[in-house]
Amino acid sequence: MQLTVWTYEGPPHVGAMRVATAMTDVHYVLHAPQGDTYADLLFTMIERREKRPPVTYTTFKARDLGSDTAALFKSTLESAHERFKPAAMLVGASCTGELIQDDPAGLAKAANLPCPVIPLELPSYQRKENWGAGETFYQIVRHLAAREGVEPVAGKPQGRVPRCNILGATALGFRHRDDVMEITKLLKENGIEVAVVAPLGASAADIARLPDADFNVLLYPEIGEQAARWLKRTYGQDYTTTVPIGVGATREFVAEVRRLAGLDALPDRSDAGRLPWFSRSVDSTYLTGKRVFVFGDATHAVAAARVATEEFGFELVGLGTYSREQARAVREAAQAHGLTALITDDYLDVEQAIAEAEPELVLGTQMERHIAKRLGIGCAVISAPVHVQDYPARYSPQMGFEGANVLWDSWVHPLVMGLEEHLLGMFREDFEFSDTAKPSHLGPGQRVSEAPAAEPALRPLAEEGPIRIWSADAEAELKKIPFFVRGKARKNTERFAAERGLAEITLETLYDAKAHFAR
Amino acid sequence: MSVHTLPLPKAGCAEPDIIRERGQHEVFCGLTGIVWLHRKIQDAFFLVVGSRTCAHLLQSAAGVMIFAEPRFGTAVMEERDLAGMADANEELDKVVARLLDRRPDIKMLFLVGSCPSEVIKLDLSRAAERLSRHYSPEVRVLNYTGSGIETTFTEGEDRCLAALVPELTDATSEAPELLVVGALADVVEDQFARLFAEIGIERVSFLPPRNSRALPPVGPNTRFLLAQPFLGETARCLTERGARHIPAPFPLGAEGTTAWLGAAARAFGADPMAFRHATAAAEARAKRALQPFRDEMAGKTIFFMPDSQLEVPLARMLSRELGMEPIEVGTPYLHRAHLAEELKLLGSDVQLSEGQDVERQLDRVRAARPDVTVCGLGLANPLEADGLTTKWSIELIFTPIQGYDQASDLAGLFARPFDRKTRLRV
Repeated sequence: MQLTVWTYEGPPHVGAMRVATAMTDVHYVLHAPQGDTYADLLFTMIERREKRPPVTYTTFKARDLGSDTAALFKSTLESAHERFKPAAMLVGASCTGELIQDDPAGLAKAANLPCPVIPLELPSYQRKENWGAGETFYQIVRHLAAREGVEPVAGKPQGRVPRCNILGATALGFRHRDDVMEITKLLKENGIEVAVVAPLGASAADIARLPDADFNVLLYPEIGEQAARWLKRTYGQDYTTTVPIGVGATREFVAEVRRLAGLDALPDRSDAGRLPWFSRSVDSTYLTGKRVFVFGDATHAVAAARVATEEFGFELVGLGTYSREQARAVREAAQAHGLTALITDDYLDVEQAIAEAEPELVLGTQMERHIAKRLGIGCAVISAPVHVQDYPARYSPQMGFEGANVLWDSWVHPLVMGLEEHLLGMFREDFEFSDTAKPSHLGPGQRVSEAPAAEPALRPLAEEGPIRIWSADAEAELKKIPFFVRGKARKNTERFAAERGLAEITLETLYDAKAHFAR
Repeated sequence: MSVHTLPLPKAGCAEPDIIRERGQHEVFCGLTGIVWLHRKIQDAFFLVVGSRTCAHLLQSAAGVMIFAEPRFGTAVMEERDLAGMADANEELDKVVARLLDRRPDIKMLFLVGSCPSEVIKLDLSRAAERLSRHYSPEVRVLNYTGSGIETTFTEGEDRCLAALVPELTDATSEAPELLVVGALADVVEDQFARLFAEIGIERVSFLPPRNSRALPPVGPNTRFLLAQPFLGETARCLTERGARHIPAPFPLGAEGTTAWLGAAARAFGADPMAFRHATAAAEARAKRALQPFRDEMAGKTIFFMPDSQLEVPLARMLSRELGMEPIEVGTPYLHRAHLAEELKLLGSDVQLSEGQDVERQLDRVRAARPDVTVCGLGLANPLEADGLTTKWSIELIFTPIQGYDQASDLAGLFARPFDRKTRLRV
């Protein structure tokens, strides 16, 4: 048993729902107790979808357990088929459905419906949402794209425009809709046709057409990689390994797809959006070395770490993910920055790590937005899970060159602006520059104070040494340092003093430490 | 539709018109009650023993994560717990130890059963007894079920309050005492406390209390008034302790509030003059506040999808005080005895439905095209996209709507969707 306060991922059947809802003509029959229908609101409220997810629940109750839940499943399946007439059906169980062992797969087979029925085995007590989405998509592809006697062929266009599929986008994904639009445009500009986007917007017939493309573009490995591997094994379709988030990655992505499409490499690097120039513009100097903490799904976290350091000039002070399945990539990326990756799905561990790292900016999920708000740190959301405000009305992809423009705007916005930062530093005692004031561009209001006493959220820091005594003037001087670097200054000074065995921190110690840590 | 024709227990002879259906239920499970109960009882923690789905439900139903560390959590069962590789009780003890260590402010811990814990027959009552012995007297450990196979949405509160009943001390006084049962917003509770005092009912307490150490006593001198219509089990437990139920409509709207307070006043033999003195001005104020809404809403049709069991009292208030016309009043469970006074007021020509087959019910909604449909969050936007106006039912649970001074707020919740439609030009 694991104590959970907030969870980063739902159960695996919610992942299956994300795939079913993304598609146009499949229907999912879920053996689940009353109450599991809550998952509908994720789609209709958080993503504001205009249709209910194509899911029928058996909603069994205690009194059904004594009688025949298997019959209930079968009749629910038949009536859902009759009402919705889908091109294909998915059948499976939620966590409680799994326990009663009614075998939806066998029951569905016995029902002998006039459409393909794809059984899903999603172990609820081992796996989570992203895995469930990936497994569901894989099963759909295996069932609907299987062909008899087809030889694997290498993806080479024969006298026609090269053609690819885009894999991995689902319902309830973080900016999936806009990413697909942006990447479709980018591929078109490079003379590559997009045959099928799946699962987002795909029909069952589209899935059957997947093998006709020359190669696959894999946008979200968490969801699409298993299917992409199978397509490669079965039909010889290569798939992309670069996720085009950020300018550098997008350039590499273009090079990769051109290679897979058999096109010449592009020498021209001029059309890369505004990020490169904005980042080189002198007013961006203040971004240099800003301390940033990154947490999210593996794909977005690794990409954000690269963009933050290479394209914004930030300093990475923390990197982690909640997706254990993809932890290796995150560990490697963290190591490259001299950090130890934080691999956890415990919200409280993440909160503690952020508090200890004292970043000036957090790039994370909706959970980290809450953490950052409490700690008074700026935050931008880079990864699912996200809330309703992260489904913006405007076009705002994360991928491609326009995606990089969006990253620029959304990551710089929460920070204190250049000259404002200087003024805050110079005139600490101005009565309007209180620590609780928010940066002026974020509107009026106050910072949320740190961990209120009634809700002790932070465990004591692990390596708390003996408490150093600050002299009154040193303490006062410390307060003149802007709040967003003060914690770091305090900690550095205390470490400096501890290393030298100083009993008291004076004004001199403060500035000695400053000189020591300056580079 | 061939399917949802499982035999249902035949209803009594009185109501041939009630639609009873069995099919997909688009309702929350009883765990959802934790979202408001954990704020109501300020030193209590709700530990769901369940699955990732349970944790995800609470997070999604709560909508916003206001609290960094809320006073609820989920002990998520894993493969090893189910496969018998780990002793579920030992695991639970460890989770509870960690939790209470982190949160020394917690004085009452509810172990809340879920669908998976029910299905594997994890005995939480024994676990609660064991843990209670261990942590007593600092922490009391109780248990109830909020599972979807046993409870629907608000029935979670019913089970929680029922679990509190054995903890109530025996009332020792000879004088009759009034117990108001059902979680109310603090502001509403305070208003009612003032009104009861003015009416002349001196000894009044509320269940649940705001603090677990302030549990009211109960005994043969206790008369209890239900503030919510979904408290069947709690009422039964209180009756077993000797308390007597005061039949009444529920305190929604001016008329409902007067009738509710009046039932208590009569039961306590309060002076009718004192009652009128205490309530007349407030009732008149509520009616005045409702008038503009009546002008706007009279004649509009309304359809209730089953959700909180508040549907019948709401339909009564909206039809009698605002002149709205209920097309169908769906409720997950029709508690005949507790709704007796309400049903008399609502009248027999209103179509009631109990249980749900959501697809067939949506067919009826689309055929009737009501002016407003009260439904859960999963259905609201799809119906809006079909051009129908909706009211989220969950807002009726999360908003103070009871009592005189909230009557117009209640009407406002139903008026706002129309107000919005009128303003929008896009």
